[in-house]
Parts: sequence; structure tokens; C-alpha cells
Amino acid sequence: MGLIPKVPVAQWISDATDLITDTFGFLFDFIKNDFGDFIEMVAEGWLMGIPTWVFIILIGVLAFFVSGKRLGLTAFSVIGLWFIANQELWEELMNTFTLVIFASLISVIIGVPFGIWMAKSKTVEKIITPILDFMQTMPAFVYLIPAVAFFGIGMVPGVFASVIFAAPPTVRFTNLGIRQVSHELIEASDSFGTTGTQKLFKVQLPMAKKTIMAGINQTVMLALSMVVIASMIGAKGLGQEVITALQRAEVGAGFVAGLGIVILAIIIDRFTQNLNTQRGEQ
Amino acid sequence: MPIIQVENLSKIFGKNAKKATKYLDDGLLKEDILKKTGNTVGVNRASFDVEEGEIFVIMGLSGSGKSTLVRLINRLIEPTEGSVYIDGQDLAKMDKKDLRDVRREKLSMVFQRFGLFPHRTVLENAEFGLEVQGIDKSERQKKAQNSLELVGLGGYIHQYPGQLSGGMQQRVGLARALANDPEVLLMDEAFSALDPLIRKEMQDELLELQETMKKTILFITHDLDEALRIGDRIALMKDGRIVQVGTPEEILVNPANEYVEKFVEDVDRSKVLTAEHIMKRPETVDIDKHGPRSALERMRKEGLSTIYVTDVKRNLQGYVTADDVSEAAKQDKKDLHGILRTDVPKVNPETPMQEIFEIIHDAPVPVAVINDGKLAGIIVRGAVIAALAGSEVNLNGFDS
Repeated sequence: MGLIPKVPVAQWISDATDLITDTFGFLFDFIKNDFGDFIEMVAEGWLMGIPTWVFIILIGVLAFFVSGKRLGLTAFSVIGLWFIANQELWEELMNTFTLVIFASLISVIIGVPFGIWMAKSKTVEKIITPILDFMQTMPAFVYLIPAVAFFGIGMVPGVFASVIFAAPPTVRFTNLGIRQVSHELIEASDSFGTTGTQKLFKVQLPMAKKTIMAGINQTVMLALSMVVIASMIGAKGLGQEVITALQRAEVGAGFVAGLGIVILAIIIDRFTQNLNTQRGEQ
Repeated sequence: MPIIQVENLSKIFGKNAKKATKYLDDGLLKEDILKKTGNTVGVNRASFDVEEGEIFVIMGLSGSGKSTLVRLINRLIEPTEGSVYIDGQDLAKMDKKDLRDVRREKLSMVFQRFGLFPHRTVLENAEFGLEVQGIDKSERQKKAQNSLELVGLGGYIHQYPGQLSGGMQQRVGLARALANDPEVLLMDEAFSALDPLIRKEMQDELLELQETMKKTILFITHDLDEALRIGDRIALMKDGRIVQVGTPEEILVNPANEYVEKFVEDVDRSKVLTAEHIMKRPETVDIDKHGPRSALERMRKEGLSTIYVTDVKRNLQGYVTADDVSEAAKQDKKDLHGILRTDVPKVNPETPMQEIFEIIHDAPVPVAVINDGKLAGIIVRGAVIAALAGSEVNLNGFDS
């Protein structure tokens, strides 16, 4: 033990982070300011601009059609949202919703191409798989530290940390979905002289759609589960209420804010799942 | 020139496949190579030609390498060595772009499990090959529709494959392959997943289509009856090697080795063999040359109770019986005209044996095989039975 002194891994990581912060500072600043403003505009300008009751009715109507004209999801959405509004958590809900949407969108935009890349090459799969394992098992709090270093506090680092935590299922499921396409269909496609791109868009992606959607559903759920953690670095929303309640030991307030997250989670989950099965059915 | 020429085509699976090819040079068999190197021999030095417009069947049991062979021909599997010439171009050495062009324009494939895209309608499936070529929508829909009508699915174009029965799905597979108007159709066990009745129906339909299409078809099957039914020529495979190539008759009648012989042992030969294969050289008398005495003499010598009568050009006139001939001899008749019988049981050289059974059953005399009015040979009952038992059959029409 004594022969080898403590390897300064922590020091290296810190140095690397500092180096990245210094080198790409201009880029981070740009993202922090402009992207931050954009997020704020979406949350406060657009979503909060819609009157609460209009928003609730809109979601209710959407739920009705998305669920195949059944009343269960519609009733739950309307009552759930009304409850959150009633608890005066509407603004928090809109902030959380915005965070989840941005984190999910970015995860999908980054995740799907990586998934495709993995599916196309065994080597890439071998390299990316352990990275994904790392991303998912590393305690999510750890991502907050570089997030703050790069982007300060607020919504942007919250989105950043959420993306790291939430993107892996989309990558994995995209890879899986494409690899699951039966060998004979790939042969059929090849036998007609498809290029790689034609094969991807005409056969592999359409066939993998259901699996990819399942991955995206997971990603959205994980992004939502990051809400509380992200609020520790100043991301506004329901998570912040939970943290505040924790600090003040207010069981009731914490529970109500938590309930708000659960309601949002269930609504988003059922929406994405229904979209998936509807498109898959023919 | 043959449309497909396969030369020394080999596929060895596994690492260091190139090294293992030297064992092929040494003539080692699949098993020995597996033991020595751990490599599996898929196809071992296959060479054959396929002529334009013929149905060439590659036949073998599972593991014989036939499915690998067909995939080497459109290079879904990379050959380890050897060449595949399509229209004189070597596919095995082509770059990717040329290969794509050949696949798009010259080769289409039909798959055992149909290989249809479940997310596309029947029409969209049939369009696939044309869509890949970048042909515009209205034109490719018209072509796809035409080829669907050709296989009798004109009314199902907006269904999804999952809504169709197996037989109908394979029709879609066939229509998709035909929509491209390829020169060569590769059919990999195309009918094997269908139940027997549907399979037979599809075979008939394929033959019917082939009458008008005159495509070159490379058909893979493990079913010998199917091979004999639809093949113009058959290549038999075992352990990756082509054991024999020939017409169905050649394979049945002259099996190249014990393996082929064993293989064809159980075939219903009556469906494949024709009059030509079982007839023998007839003893005849010439109506203008021979009188009753010489006819009688001839019959006594050969031990016959009847004999066929022809003219000098071997045109069949009829037959005479021993009783009639000896009566005529006693009466000192000069020729056979008076006693000639004309109720001759006749067949063509191409008449299948199956049909000969009935004729020969009712016939008082051996059946005459007539080719252009001339007596080509006769069939005696014993020959039919012998042929069914798998012996004493000849290809050139006569016993040696």
C-alpha cells in the first residue's frame, strides 16, 4: 500500500474541469445566457402566459384523443392539474415541465444518433456501452458539480445534469431496436440494393420505432426524477418546493409538492405510452 | 452465353478463412476442416452455369450450403474465393456501388419467411425495389400494382402483410421481386414455409408465370419432389459441394454417386419418367418384305405371341398375332395384309409413366411408342414394373 502514493485522480478531474471551463468559457457563457433566456421565455412567457383553465382544458382534450377516446386519462389529467393549480403550485409546475421537456428533447436529439451509430458498429457499441453504464450509475448529484462549474446556477445546469442522467435509455433502446430488426428483413432490404441511409430510414428506424419510443418514455421519466436534484443548483420548479420543505422540515408542503411531481409524471408517462401504442397498431 | 456463371465459389465461415481454403485444395471434407481449423465450410468450390430463361434448382438437405450459395450469388454473404459472373461481370470483385446497381436491376430475391416489411402495405412492399431506385411515385405504384395483379393480389394492395395468409404473403414477396423486372429471380426456399396444398398451387402458378415471363430463376429447395416438378435442371448439394448437375431425368436415372442414388430412392418415379425411358427396341416385320412364314419364324425365334408390323420407313401399320400368322401360313397367304390388326395401344415418347399404367393394363399387346407416326419403341409390362423399382431404365431409349 505504502509503495504507491495516493493517485491524485480527484486533482486530475478538477484540473480537467478547470481547463474545460477556461477553454470553452465563451461557449458556456453563450449557452448559459442565450439558452437560459430561451428556457425562461418558454416557461414564463409562453406556458405561464396561457390561462390556467385553458391549459387544463387543452390537456384534457389532448388526453381524450391520445388515449383513444377513453375517459380515464382525461379525468385524471384534468383533476390532477386542477389540484396542482389549487395548491398554488402552477408556476412551479410550468417550470418543472419546461425543464423536463428541454432535457428530454436534448436527450433524444443526442441519444438517437448515438444509438444508430452503436447499432451500425460493434466497436462503437463496445465503447459506448460502459460509458452509458457509468452515466447511469454515477450518483446524479455528482453531475451537479461540473454543471455549476460550467453554467453557474439556474435552469441551464439543471438541464445539463438531467441530460447526462436521462439520455442513456434513449441511446440503449435505439441501438436495441435497430439490432432487433430481423435478419431476413435486412437481407431483403440489401437484396434490393438499398444504400445504408435508405435501409436506415425505410426499414430499420420504422421497425425500431416502438422500441425507441419505449426508450424515450424512460428518458422522460428519468428527466423528471432529476427535477428535485436539479433544484439544488437553482433550477426552479416543484423540486425547489420539495427542497425548501426539507430544509424547513415542513412535511405537508413537501408532500404536496412531491404529489405534484407524481401527477405530472403519470400524465407524461401515459401520454408517451399511448402515443407509442397508437402508432404501432395497424 | 450463360446468364450466371459460378466458378470455384467457396465460403468458409470463421477466422482465418483464407487459410482454410488450402485444405479445400487438398480435397479435405467439411468435417475434417472443422476439426482441423474450427472453420465451417459453407460452400466448397461450386461451379455451374445457369442459362437464360431456365429454372435452375439447387437442392440439398439442411446444412448442405444451398442457402449460403444463393446468398453468395447476390453477395449478401461475401465469398471467400471464386467468382460469380452475371452477364459477364464478376460480382465477387465489384465495388459497393456497382453491386448495388446489379442488385437493383438484375437480381431480385424471394425469401423463405417472405421478408415482407410489416410497417408497409402490400402495395408499398411491392414498390420497395423501385422506390430504392428512385423511380417516381406514380410510375412505381403502377408497376407494383401490375405485378401484384400478376400474382392475383390486385384487390389487397392496401392491406398489411400481417393481415394475409402465408400463401398470399409469399405472393407479395414474389410480386415485389417481379416489380423490378429483374433478369434473375433468386428464390430461397420460397415455398417451404407453406403447407403442402398451397405449396403445390404456388409451384403451378410459378410455372404458369414462367411460361410468359421467361425469367431466369434460381430456385433453392430441400424438397426433391419440388425440385423435380419445377426444375429444368437440378444441382444437388451435399456438405457444401455440388454433387451432380443435370435434368431431373438424368439425376433420377443416372445418379452420379451413392448419395444421389440414396436421395432419389424414394421419389415417385412414375411422375418423372416417361415412355421414352422405359421403352425397348421393338421386334418388327416389314409389311412389304415379310410374309406369314418369315413372320412366324421371327416370332418363334424371339418367343413372341404378337409382333408389330411397319413399312420400310418404320411407319406403324399394326400388329399380327401368332395364331393368325400360323393360320395364314397354312393357307399359303403371301402377305400380312389380311390378318393385320390395328387396335394398337399408342403413346408418345413424352407420355408420363403414370398415364401408361392404365393403357398397359387394358392392352392385349405391348404398348407402341409412336414418334411422328413412326414406331420408336414398345413398352412391356415388365419394363414398367422394373422402372418403378428403379432399375433397367435408360436415357437413350433402348437397352444396351
